[in-house]
Amino acid sequence: MNESIVWLTIFVLSIFVGVEVIAKVSSTLHTPLMSGANAIHGIILVGAILVTGAADSTVTLVVGLAAVVLATINLVGGFVVTDRMLQMFGGARRPEVTRREDSA
Amino acid sequence: MIPTWVALAYLAAAICFILALKGLSSPRTARRGNLIGVVGAAVALVVVFFEGDLDHLVPILVAIGVGTVAGVVAARQVQMTQMPQLVALFNGVGGGAAALVAMLELHELAPLGDRAEGFALAATAFTIVIGSISFSGSLVTFAKLQELITTRPVIFRGLPIAFGGSLLVAVALAVLVVVEPAIGWGILLALLGLAIGVLLVLPVGGADVPIVISLLNAFTGLSVAAGGYVLDNTLLLVAGTLVGASGTFLTKLMATAMGRSLLNTLFGALKGGSTLGASVMSDRPVRSAGPQDVAILLGYAQRVIIVPGYGLAVAQAQHTLRELVDLLSSRGVDVDYAIHPVAGRMPGHMNVLLAEAQVPYEQLKEMDDINGEFKQADVVLVVGANDVVNPAARSTPGAPIYGMPILHADHAKQVVFMKRSMRPGFAGIENELLFDPKTSLLFGDAKDSMSKLLNAVKAL
Repeated sequence: MNESIVWLTIFVLSIFVGVEVIAKVSSTLHTPLMSGANAIHGIILVGAILVTGAADSTVTLVVGLAAVVLATINLVGGFVVTDRMLQMFGGARRPEVTRREDSA
Repeated sequence: MIPTWVALAYLAAAICFILALKGLSSPRTARRGNLIGVVGAAVALVVVFFEGDLDHLVPILVAIGVGTVAGVVAARQVQMTQMPQLVALFNGVGGGAAALVAMLELHELAPLGDRAEGFALAATAFTIVIGSISFSGSLVTFAKLQELITTRPVIFRGLPIAFGGSLLVAVALAVLVVVEPAIGWGILLALLGLAIGVLLVLPVGGADVPIVISLLNAFTGLSVAAGGYVLDNTLLLVAGTLVGASGTFLTKLMATAMGRSLLNTLFGALKGGSTLGASVMSDRPVRSAGPQDVAILLGYAQRVIIVPGYGLAVAQAQHTLRELVDLLSSRGVDVDYAIHPVAGRMPGHMNVLLAEAQVPYEQLKEMDDINGEFKQADVVLVVGANDVVNPAARSTPGAPIYGMPILHADHAKQVVFMKRSMRPGFAGIENELLFDPKTSLLFGDAKDSMSKLLNAVKAL
């Protein structure tokens, strides 16, 4: 099978999965979901590391490292801020609140 | 060639991302979902170092360290009210990273000339332009939300032509990248992408900015996906496509929740619609009330509904509001919060802000659940909100928010607005409800008024 077709297949299937998994989200979670999805595309960091590791001149190295820094901010910051939002509500809500009041 | 176990690890990471999105779409599993996403990212970041021989390991690790510190500090320090801007910023730098990665790939591919695969070159061009649009567009949304620039739509004569022209030139440049690969075209394409991003976001009004953040988020996802094709990396393709698809769908959901169509959001202002009207303060008579008057209304009511808005959060008055509600409840008043889907600056933002003030989740009622109860409410207290209770959304077909679902505060027996001034809301339009005979206004900073109101109720 032509390799491009394999890529196209993965692409199309991923579209369906992407829509399906979030189709039933409640509006309360729109912001955290957006933020979480935002963190996930920070995985471009993998690409940034690969191209930087193959850099052949000072200029390409500097550009690559800039990409690594930016992608890391997106990835790490994205997950941390999403977690901060979600601390506020969700599963362990009750014990969470009690604990915070105790420590306050 | 990628080692098999590395490819399998990427597959595991991709599955983690799918489960992360799935988890994030339900309140019970949301936090766990986010953590699963972290696991996926961690797996991918370890195995990438085994994918092939990488040079410059030390600078790369240092750069990751710098980015981690910057990301964590920003995410920890930010005020919850400013969170939407931070998400925009994170999205922008992600788009910027994707564009830079594609530039370096073009630098690799260009010397191959005719031997470079046309489709890979096209994907590279796509990543450069979309990544750049996402970068500059997100910076403009950041500036709008931070109110560094006006939140009103910015339009100028010739903007549609400049925008359309830039798009055409971008397509032409992308074709050049494929036919005649050279890094110069890539740089021009990136600059053009930056310009397009600015032109895309400038005409968007403040209230619609969250929809645009979500759209740009989807853009970044797609550029990462295209980058994955270029780099022969299935994880980037899958993760980018997931975000691109779910982001696009989420954008649509948000637009629906706000009663807007996506096209109208982006280009509504260009048609010279009424979004530009009513920037002047009205001098029509209103009934203003003091804290004591409002305290009596609330203290002797049976049913009170609170409509919190962004103004409440900005004034950091949510803790005082919770005290007031606790006090009223102890007096036997039945109190609930009515949360509009887009209260705050983003869908769900208000839930986060009130949860931070430790308001019990059970008191937060979603719009569809509480709208029928306004008729029975003795008093509705609107704190720092405006557009979400504007009856023009139901009654005035010409209004820019016409069709947006609103909270039916106007059905209550009495309405009290706590407002800083008569300035219109984020959408920039006047609210008829303010002039209704059953409405009283308590002017002042929300926190200040709220403390006075609290003391007045205590004194009853």
